[in-house]
Amino acid sequence: MYAGIGAGLAAIGAGIGIGFIGGKGMEAIARQPEAVGDIRNNMLIVAAFVEAVALFAVVVALLTAGQK
Amino acid sequence: MTKLYAFHNIRFSVALKLFFPLLFSMCLIPFLSQAQEMAHDHPEEVQAEGVEEHAPAKEFNMENMIFNHINNSNEFHLFGHVSIPLPCILYSKEDGLTFFMSSKMDHGHKTVNRYAMDEGIIKRLPSDFPGGEVEIGHIDHKKVDGEEIAILTHEGKEYQLEKASSMLGFTSFFDFSISKNVFSMLLAAGLLLFVFLSVAKGYKNRGRKAPSGFQNLMEIIINFIIDEVAKPMLGDRYQKYLPFLLVNFFFILTCNLMGLIPFFPFSANITGNLAITMGLAIVTFLITNIQGNGNYWKHIFWMPGVPVPMKIFLAPIEFLGIFIKPFSLMIRLFANITAGHIIIMSLVGLIFVFGNVGESIGGATAGAALAVPFTLFMNLIEFVVALIQAFIFTILSASYIGAATEEAHH
Repeated sequence: MYAGIGAGLAAIGAGIGIGFIGGKGMEAIARQPEAVGDIRNNMLIVAAFVEAVALFAVVVALLTAGQK
Repeated sequence: MTKLYAFHNIRFSVALKLFFPLLFSMCLIPFLSQAQEMAHDHPEEVQAEGVEEHAPAKEFNMENMIFNHINNSNEFHLFGHVSIPLPCILYSKEDGLTFFMSSKMDHGHKTVNRYAMDEGIIKRLPSDFPGGEVEIGHIDHKKVDGEEIAILTHEGKEYQLEKASSMLGFTSFFDFSISKNVFSMLLAAGLLLFVFLSVAKGYKNRGRKAPSGFQNLMEIIINFIIDEVAKPMLGDRYQKYLPFLLVNFFFILTCNLMGLIPFFPFSANITGNLAITMGLAIVTFLITNIQGNGNYWKHIFWMPGVPVPMKIFLAPIEFLGIFIKPFSLMIRLFANITAGHIIIMSLVGLIFVFGNVGESIGGATAGAALAVPFTLFMNLIEFVVALIQAFIFTILSASYIGAATEEAHH
């Protein structure tokens, strides 16, 4: 059960992080529509970094899920 | 010439229109095979455990079902008791090299030279077990101190099976088999060879004329990798590393997409296997550190432009960074693909939870009505994730290599 709570907390963190990236990315695209390609690429890369931290937590949660 | 183009365009658009309905209908195949599997396994399990026929149905174990699907296996399981045999190549000190097809084990009902198959994975029996081919009964699983152990009861004696051969633990045997994942990787390599050799032949034959058919698609993707990944990250050194980046991208993409197709020659969870993503990450690690110039090492051990105490403080962090970067590459790809497979399998499993493992048809129908649209949706998301993860792995590899080979500009 604790593993599930941990995974949920990690998901909250990643959600906030990726939400910020997406929101700011959209703002940037709205301000400079001609730079949409560069912004999208950088958005994806930074989102991957945020996601990686959450996925570490998911892997730890998966590994500890079987133990009591 | 124009006629030829028009013809190609029509064919391509028809193929595209057919492609998506086909993709969606493929989502239904796991339901069919899963239903057959359950229907087949159910009476046998009741018999094996000596439970009365009118006893309540065995509880559906979602966790087991999911992990059987995402783990590697020594046979290619299709449905029920039908599976494609794969060659098993095993080595142990006592028995030397053992080679046989996995069909010889009869889905785990026979042992060969003290090797037994437990849920599709080959494990070794202790040396007091008789060698050669032996008919065996059921392999039980028990939990001792939080660790699951497999126990085989044969002629009134209990034998504990060793863990499966892996890179993490030391076992008395080594498994070099062409397992499900190895087979799928070879298939991916074959597919890529076929596609790229035919595209290369097209360029050879057509020379500088406009590309046709499949060449168009490949040219778009390769140009995308050159313009969006290689040039921004590697600058003018991009041509040296382009083959590596392209192989990385296409191999990961093919493996990801193959994992999403739920029937025979595909369906293996290739990039959702830690060993395989580790192999890919190690290649990036080696290239980064072998190609890394003096400037790169200087930035790690003696960071220029910061005060001396800070240099001492930064050195161990930067040194760990060498290993953390490929490690995060490995975990990111593995966790993304595995998480997608787990979600899809959980949704499919809902049918059996609601349907009480074939007891209640109404429940199963409700489960299917719920699970089918969600699975469809997840498959679409996974399709996007497959593309993005291949792209991310490539662009991060390129940026690590780019940072390591950059010349000083202070």
